[in-house]
Amino acid sequence: MYKFKNIFSSNYWWAFLFILPAFLGTFIFIIVPIFISFALGFTEWNLISPAEFIGIRNYSELFRSKIFYEVLFNTFYYAFATALFSIIIPLVLAYALDRKGTGFYKSAYFLPYVTPMIVIAIVWTWIFDPNYGILNWLLGVGDSIKWLYDERFAMPALIIVSVWKNIGYNMIIFLAGLQAIPDSVNEACKLDGAAGIKKFFLITLPLLTPTLFFVSIMTVISSFQVFDLVYLMTEGGPENSTMIMVYWLFKQAFEYFNIGKASAIAYILFIIILVLTLIQWKTRKKWVLNE
Amino acid sequence: MENKEKMGIKRVNQAKFFVYFLLTAGALSMLAPFAWMFITSLMQQKQIFSYPPEVIPDPLYIKNYVEVTKSIPVAVYFFNSAVVAVLTTAGQLFIASMAGYAFARISFKHREPLFLLFLATTMIPPQVNIVPLFFIMRELNWIDTYQALIIPGLFGGFGIFLMRQWFKTLPAGLEEAAKIDGCNPLQTYFKIALPLALPALATLGIFTFILTWNSFMWPLIVTNSDSMRTLPVGLAVFKGSFRETTEWGQLMACAVISVIPVIGVFLLGQKYFIKGIMLGGMKE
Repeated sequence: MYKFKNIFSSNYWWAFLFILPAFLGTFIFIIVPIFISFALGFTEWNLISPAEFIGIRNYSELFRSKIFYEVLFNTFYYAFATALFSIIIPLVLAYALDRKGTGFYKSAYFLPYVTPMIVIAIVWTWIFDPNYGILNWLLGVGDSIKWLYDERFAMPALIIVSVWKNIGYNMIIFLAGLQAIPDSVNEACKLDGAAGIKKFFLITLPLLTPTLFFVSIMTVISSFQVFDLVYLMTEGGPENSTMIMVYWLFKQAFEYFNIGKASAIAYILFIIILVLTLIQWKTRKKWVLNE
Repeated sequence: MENKEKMGIKRVNQAKFFVYFLLTAGALSMLAPFAWMFITSLMQQKQIFSYPPEVIPDPLYIKNYVEVTKSIPVAVYFFNSAVVAVLTTAGQLFIASMAGYAFARISFKHREPLFLLFLATTMIPPQVNIVPLFFIMRELNWIDTYQALIIPGLFGGFGIFLMRQWFKTLPAGLEEAAKIDGCNPLQTYFKIALPLALPALATLGIFTFILTWNSFMWPLIVTNSDSMRTLPVGLAVFKGSFRETTEWGQLMACAVISVIPVIGVFLLGQKYFIKGIMLGGMKE
């Protein structure tokens, strides 16, 4: 009886009321779909005839097809190359910006991050244009590099754009990490005569390792989820050279109506991202200071 | 001795010069594509296709901004984007702050596991859910409606987390005092807690607005008529519609129009936006 009263205390009802809208929405639009997605992965369904249970055939077919490994390779290539440059460049910039009141620089670096991808895609498609684009003119290579129309250069072109977009975001996180380094450390450096590049490698970088690790995983995770950049600039081409997982799953679902196959791709992507996220959560105690 | 000191100062100055040179060069390369977009939007087609590229529009051709409204319904797209972004932001603020308040200030059974459930949903990438979500929309008959564009975007663990963190910092005696004044928890939330949470609401609001305004994949999938498209989707369809020669002037003009609201909101609330990123960083 006492327990009963405890559960249905007025606090409980108020909390219920406060959380209900968020819970209903999260349940219907996030939790239910992730289970439907899982179930659909074991079916064959083209939207016209009823869905048919086919066991793990979607997965086994994926693992046996050549294109699956190409897409996987492209996705990893894109994600890791993007992450590498979106870490090195912002890190150097943040180190240069540290403890200088320079709002202008922060805004400038941040602008690409808040800009809609379609706008970015339009401008960069024009910049990359092999015949009239300003990039080839600046590089002085005539029309010899066909950028988005060349299998070898399409992916690097996308990576350039995504690094350009990511720099501001990662720089802010690095700046936060740098500000967490106590002034006393910097004072000590001054006394010992450590400055510039030497100080960066011997003092700053080791102290920044947790932030570095966090930014790396986060950038890789968000790069695995890229869609609009590919859709808007290359449509996966030429010759599938920029076909990445989310775009492939979109094509399978909404162009070829292979709902089962699309769901299987979605789940493989989910598992990859889940593993990365769990690594991050596991190690977060090491770098979260105030929780 | 004096000489050595002078040399030291010289070296420091050189280093300082190098740092600012680096920062400025970087900032310019960030801004250059925007400048190029704006310049191109003011050029005639003939000049856009000149080689070598020209940097100064001659003559200044503002007509691209007029022509583009004849090619595509820019005003309709803009209106749809604004409605979706504003309503999603308002709804997200309301729903997340209520749940965040309960998780921070009301003690009840199973609070921690329930909160962890919400936090865990942030691990699910939206792209993984997009196929089933599309079918849910179809079942609800919501395809090509504002509901489909707005309602699924109202929910997410990040907002709840952010609001909870903020409410936790409010003084402990708040509810007691409100209770003595005769407020029930709902009144306490509206009249006392919410006004104190304005900075957190601003952070979440600016974040949600910009993300919603920019969102592409979802509006692409759930809209199919011109009257329901948002600005990014409409512009993407326009970009994809060219066969022979692309009307770069018009495209750039519409791109400029699409980017103004986000840049405006960002510059107005930059402080809060950056705070949100740092908090987001703490979350994941």
